Amino acid sequence: MAILVIAEHTNVALGAATLNTVAAAKAIGGDIHVLVAGAECAAVAEAAAKIDGVSKVLSADNAAFAHQLPENIAPLIAEVGKNYTHILASATSNGKNILPRVAALLDVDQISEIIAVESADTFKRPIYAGNAIATVQSNAAIKVITVRGTGFDAVAAEGGSASIEALTVGGDAGISAFVGEELAKSDRPELTAAKIVVSGGRGMQNGDNFEMLNRVADKLGAAVGASRAAVDAGFVPNDMQVGQTGKIVAPDLYIAVGISGAIQHLAGMKDSKVIVAINKDEDAPIFQVADYGLVADLFEAIPELEKAL
Amino acid sequence: MKVLVAVKRVVDYNVKVRVKADNTGVDLANVKMSMNPFCEIGVEEAIRLKEKGIATEVVVVSIGPNAAQEQLRTALALGADRAILVECNDELRSLTVAKLLKAVVDQEQPQLIMLGKQAIDTDNNQTGQMLAALTGYAQGTFASKVEVAGDKVNVTREIDGGLQTVALNLPAIVTTDLRLNEPRYASLPNIMKAKKKPLEIITPDSLGVSTASTVTTLKVEAPAARSAGIKVKDVAELVEKLKNEAKVI
Repeated sequence: MAILVIAEHTNVALGAATLNTVAAAKAIGGDIHVLVAGAECAAVAEAAAKIDGVSKVLSADNAAFAHQLPENIAPLIAEVGKNYTHILASATSNGKNILPRVAALLDVDQISEIIAVESADTFKRPIYAGNAIATVQSNAAIKVITVRGTGFDAVAAEGGSASIEALTVGGDAGISAFVGEELAKSDRPELTAAKIVVSGGRGMQNGDNFEMLNRVADKLGAAVGASRAAVDAGFVPNDMQVGQTGKIVAPDLYIAVGISGAIQHLAGMKDSKVIVAINKDEDAPIFQVADYGLVADLFEAIPELEKAL
Repeated sequence: MKVLVAVKRVVDYNVKVRVKADNTGVDLANVKMSMNPFCEIGVEEAIRLKEKGIATEVVVVSIGPNAAQEQLRTALALGADRAILVECNDELRSLTVAKLLKAVVDQEQPQLIMLGKQAIDTDNNQTGQMLAALTGYAQGTFASKVEVAGDKVNVTREIDGGLQTVALNLPAIVTTDLRLNEPRYASLPNIMKAKKKPLEIITPDSLGVSTASTVTTLKVEAPAARSAGIKVKDVAELVEKLKNEAKVI
């Protein structure tokens, strides 16, 4: 068996999620190759070659791949992927965008967001916002899979010495173009990679009050997240959303502040190692999953917490 | 310009589903069913395009059981002009759904096709992208803004870490994210009017699409339960526990 892992990257740096996806590939077992499709992405290919357990890196360096447009990249992956038994990508916004297009080009079903590998053809994945876990088996010749990073412990980024092979296939399909990008600039760690996450909900009352959480987060080296209710209310942007329809996180410590604990939100954070809930409503469902619950007014508790850290 | 919107009948998002005792699936007997929330956003966006004079006709299509007519009627009440139900009682995989939608696209020739980014039952997030592959169209997934400009559509997408805008040649596929719009409610007169709007029922066979799949669900289980921990009395105790008991800070 040979497994093709699609690297997550920014053209200059390898995305951490790739290490979790390689871990899933290791659990399946077989020769692991990593495809780096990008533009002027040599540094990424070199980083990928050092990943523990990777035997070959395929580097497709082409201006058409600069912005990961699926119209250009999916045909490349489908072409290269024909020679593999499995094609894996991280269940990031990029992986989710591209891989189903690849699966359809190969005329195979995709298995989304696996959290465990039972065998080379059998996987576990959450459905209904994580309220049920399905075990699914695929008899497709090529198994196309996205991997939820929180289900697999990252492999070491160093230690491997894979060969790098340059690919010259692919180009611009000519039906889509990149216009622009607005990326949130933050010195805080990325939500899905942070060891500690502090999240606020509707109880925060407005966007300005999130500044209180930012200060706590900065003391803890944490990322700041939000519930869908807080996003819907316009307090904070959607890329901060933790939940079924937002980001799935599983940090060592998750602090939920003014979050009631809707199913939708729990789906995005209940695999965290330690959960703290601060809410003034002692009947809030969030307390049913919290290791440590504090029934208190967050506007008193959060400044106090900031001082105590 | 004709806009086609795909809608799915799913368990209502407020329902807490339970896994069946025999682990064959989740119990959907006597459970409230609704239009998938992301599909609702798709319908709303299409109707807004019509109100702006950009769309000339909004056609909604659903692939599912006979009862999915309810969701199609809802879409008609919201302002869609016409509905198509591809009636099928089997649980279909996304690739099959995409193939059925491709057949509908071939017949209807829409310029813009809107879908929800994912259905809240299977959480696959596949169908729009697969339909884009099968039609050869460009795709704008996880859209938070859609602007039609001449023979192109500019789509602003919710991506990890921010927003990305792409320009797509029409015809194109757009999948909706939460912030694209806030769907309206149907008024009673419009609900009554919707009953008279055309709703055509066809079968997968008539579209020449096989519903076979390479994926089998072996079992469905409840997730490992997380037990409630303890309540702490104040911030000081919380910090002490996190430092000395949980050792996470």
